[in-house]
Amino acid sequence: MTRHVPPHIPPHIQVNGQREPLAAPTLDALLRGKGVVPGARGVAVALNGEVVPAGRWADTALAEGDDLEIVRPFSGG
Amino acid sequence: MSDSFEIAGRRLTSRLFIGTAGYPNRQVMLDSITASGAEVVTVSIRRISLEGYAESMVDLLGSDYVLLPNTAGCSTAREAVLTARLAREALDTNWIKLEVIGDRETLHPDVEELRRATEELVADGFTVLPYCNDDPVSCRKLADAGAAAVMPLGSPIGSGLGIANPHAIELICARSSVPVILDAGIGTASDATLALELGCSAVLLNTAVAKARDPRRMAAAMRAAVEAGHAAREAGRIPKRTYAQASSPQLGLIGT
Repeated sequence: MTRHVPPHIPPHIQVNGQREPLAAPTLDALLRGKGVVPGARGVAVALNGEVVPAGRWADTALAEGDDLEIVRPFSGG
Repeated sequence: MSDSFEIAGRRLTSRLFIGTAGYPNRQVMLDSITASGAEVVTVSIRRISLEGYAESMVDLLGSDYVLLPNTAGCSTAREAVLTARLAREALDTNWIKLEVIGDRETLHPDVEELRRATEELVADGFTVLPYCNDDPVSCRKLADAGAAAVMPLGSPIGSGLGIANPHAIELICARSSVPVILDAGIGTASDATLALELGCSAVLLNTAVAKARDPRRMAAAMRAAVEAGHAAREAGRIPKRTYAQASSPQLGLIGT
């Protein structure tokens, strides 16, 4: 009898409402991968509904199911 | 000084707050803001486009202005509170124009959610400027919840209908414990003047300038308009009366 092996499902996260594979270990790495300059004034990130200050991006690990919002100021009234 | 006013300890000399949306292009926006004389400039907080992350309102406007982020697009206190916290992190300011919309069609504020968000943000150290309905009770409740100013609508956002209920705005101003800033509905300069004449401390507008045929010129007109309205308010208008009263002397009339 062969043992049943469940299909491997890679971990995913949500980034600005889009589901994507988890490809970076930390928030900082993820942002760099997306071309967001670390420390760039004007960018802010929330992880699972809580703001992560820029100074903590590097030591914020990402995990399956995390929900990220990455925002910046835009034109507005 | 009668020509300035204060919000949360910050002294402002311009009584015009201006938005940054909908201008024909960037240069017209910058020129218009300059022409408006505004010190406070509003911006929104949006998800970055991961394809084209380039232009930044922060770099564009620099440190010449007080950037007032808004929570436009939020329909619950929860969304608005998170947006405000992201705005604080993004712009390093605790000022927030709090918008919680209860109806997608009319864009009318949701008073209950607004009050809940105001309380939560005030407790979190924010200077909250809620965009609200034009009734004295809503405004009082928001001030009681700790709002640093109240911003009743003149008429629906972007409508250009002016001040739909000047009596309500006048009452709000007369009874408010915090500065009143007329927000939304301004169509042209006389609407802005009226707001100040009714007792508002300032006016917040965007579309009336951004979508004018000549935004730069309208911005300059708005600047003059708030100055005129404030001066007229300070000077004191004459009482209204039902019948005529001649202004020329009634003695020494020829032929009598």
